[in-house]
Amino acid sequence: MSVLEIKNLHVNVETDQGTREILRGVDLVINEGEIHAVMGPNGSGKSTLAYTIAGHPKYTVVEGEILLDGENVLDMTVDERARAGLFLAMQYPVEIPGVTVTNFLRTAKTAIDGTAPSVRTWVKDVRQSMSNLRMDSNFAERNVNEGFSGGEKKRNEILQLELLKPRFAVLDETDSGLDVDALKIVSEGVNRAMENTGLGILLITHYTRILRYIHPDFVHVFVAGRIAEQGGPELADRLEEEGYDRYLEPVAK
Amino acid sequence: MTSTAMPTAEQHGFRPHSDGPFVPVQTRSERFRSVNVDDFEPVNGREHEWKYSPVAVFADLTSGELDGSRIEIESADVAGVDISWIGRDDARIGRAGIPEERAAANAWSSFGEALLVTVSGEDEKTAVVSRHGLGRAPRAAHTVIEAAPNSRGLVVLRGTGDARLSENVEIVVGEGASLTVVSLQEWNDDAVHLASHFARLGRDSFLKHIVVSLGGKVVRVNPSTHLAEQGSDVEALGLYFADAGQHLEQQVFVHHDAPHTRSRVTYKGALQGEGARTVWIGDVLIGNSAVGTDSYEQNRNLVLTDGTRADSVPNLEIETGDIEGAGHASATGRFDDEQLFYLMARGIPEGEARRLVVRGFLTEIIQKIGSPELEERLNAALEAELQGS
Repeated sequence: MSVLEIKNLHVNVETDQGTREILRGVDLVINEGEIHAVMGPNGSGKSTLAYTIAGHPKYTVVEGEILLDGENVLDMTVDERARAGLFLAMQYPVEIPGVTVTNFLRTAKTAIDGTAPSVRTWVKDVRQSMSNLRMDSNFAERNVNEGFSGGEKKRNEILQLELLKPRFAVLDETDSGLDVDALKIVSEGVNRAMENTGLGILLITHYTRILRYIHPDFVHVFVAGRIAEQGGPELADRLEEEGYDRYLEPVAK
Repeated sequence: MTSTAMPTAEQHGFRPHSDGPFVPVQTRSERFRSVNVDDFEPVNGREHEWKYSPVAVFADLTSGELDGSRIEIESADVAGVDISWIGRDDARIGRAGIPEERAAANAWSSFGEALLVTVSGEDEKTAVVSRHGLGRAPRAAHTVIEAAPNSRGLVVLRGTGDARLSENVEIVVGEGASLTVVSLQEWNDDAVHLASHFARLGRDSFLKHIVVSLGGKVVRVNPSTHLAEQGSDVEALGLYFADAGQHLEQQVFVHHDAPHTRSRVTYKGALQGEGARTVWIGDVLIGNSAVGTDSYEQNRNLVLTDGTRADSVPNLEIETGDIEGAGHASATGRFDDEQLFYLMARGIPEGEARRLVVRGFLTEIIQKIGSPELEERLNAALEAELQGS
């Protein structure tokens, strides 16, 4: 069974105002087949955690490690991490003009698997996944994320999750900006991927809303770059009622 | 920088542009023209039409003697396309436009016979005129491409191998005709090619004009289109990829000179390597008779490495208030690292991800050519450029 371990992770980011410490010692262990929700207020470092796992060059790890089945993820380039089985569903997927969804998906699948997918089953798989996510078939011929609505971009992320079949997926605020119908469709996609491949999921969210559709095994509350509290699904219920206020230090008057 | 705005005083030439203090107050259509090289002063490189160009590299083409004998061409027989040579005094020469600078005038003064390509018939057809290996001595050429009224066709002028060539290409589009002209520069690394294209569009005709410059040390293709009659429509497209030490330039001019004319100018370029240099100047003049004009021009450059320079200068002059629309945009940007991150986060290795983004950026132009065969060949040529990166 695969395991993703995050140990004492400290991460800085360079800003115009100088170096800022964002993550201040994060410990997290995710086993294959588990869903971990990471919740927290804005600015607590949730997205930094997501991007650091994926290897975005903006973030500098100053201490700690990330291990995938004992392998040092921090030594890997961004593409090597993906090929090792990590996936990041982005909060703000970028547009890639002139590159169609079809071309992009096939290129990514080929890179991840090391060989080109069989034409017949691949086309069928893509069509099936798109239909499951209620994506119109003309999406395939559109350029990646170009002119997509917010909800379409998120569905496109989950489409990739379903087709690329990673061992671990980080979902960075996949729920933000979705109406309830889109939220259901996207959640169904995540649950389907879970059933099909039994991957491990790190679900990063500001709101408890998505947890009605994707049921976490563990909930971690992120505050000021650290995990302030963790527990089972009941912790999410409590956050729904009380919000994050009790974790925040009172502002000096 | 991207701008889509109504013209300002600067764009009319009332005040100097930021790119230099000596912009003469002059409407684009009032530039001096002549077919005689001696009517132009020797080129010193400070003239507005030469100031971006490495004039010392091709002094032989602006002031030397040019070999005006027939250029060797290859072309297959295509029904509805006639290719022949005509004498320099033929009445079909000089109908689309005449030179505005010395290299073009030198070519006009020097050519012996002109290549005449006539397109007739309403069926779609494609003719490729290949010029391969024109040698290293300075030469002149003249070509007239004529589309008969209501005809349709695509003509490719392709250059490969060695060249030191100055040429004029006239494009005469008859009433109701729909013509595509592709000028494809795939010359050797040390080739120099200076070209002026003059197009004249008849009533309700359509010209798609495409400049693709990939190979050559200095390639300068300047297309000007005269929307001379009501309802004429030009789509001017360009694609260029400058490697280290290459200078690729295009000065595009569209003259709206009749009611209800339309123009779309879209040029896209990529630059990589030390000394890769591109120039795009886009002049649009909407004359006082051109009511109902609909015009938009844009240039986009993708900078892939340090040590490159892209100049992009859109100019818009409007002499009538009664138009549908006129806009321009210019943007030169570095490679977007977020796009790279996105693709790599899906397992795609960096080199392949870069090629995917650049190909995507330029492919918009290729997709508009409308000839699957040519698109395929251009994609292959582009792939070769990208593999060199």
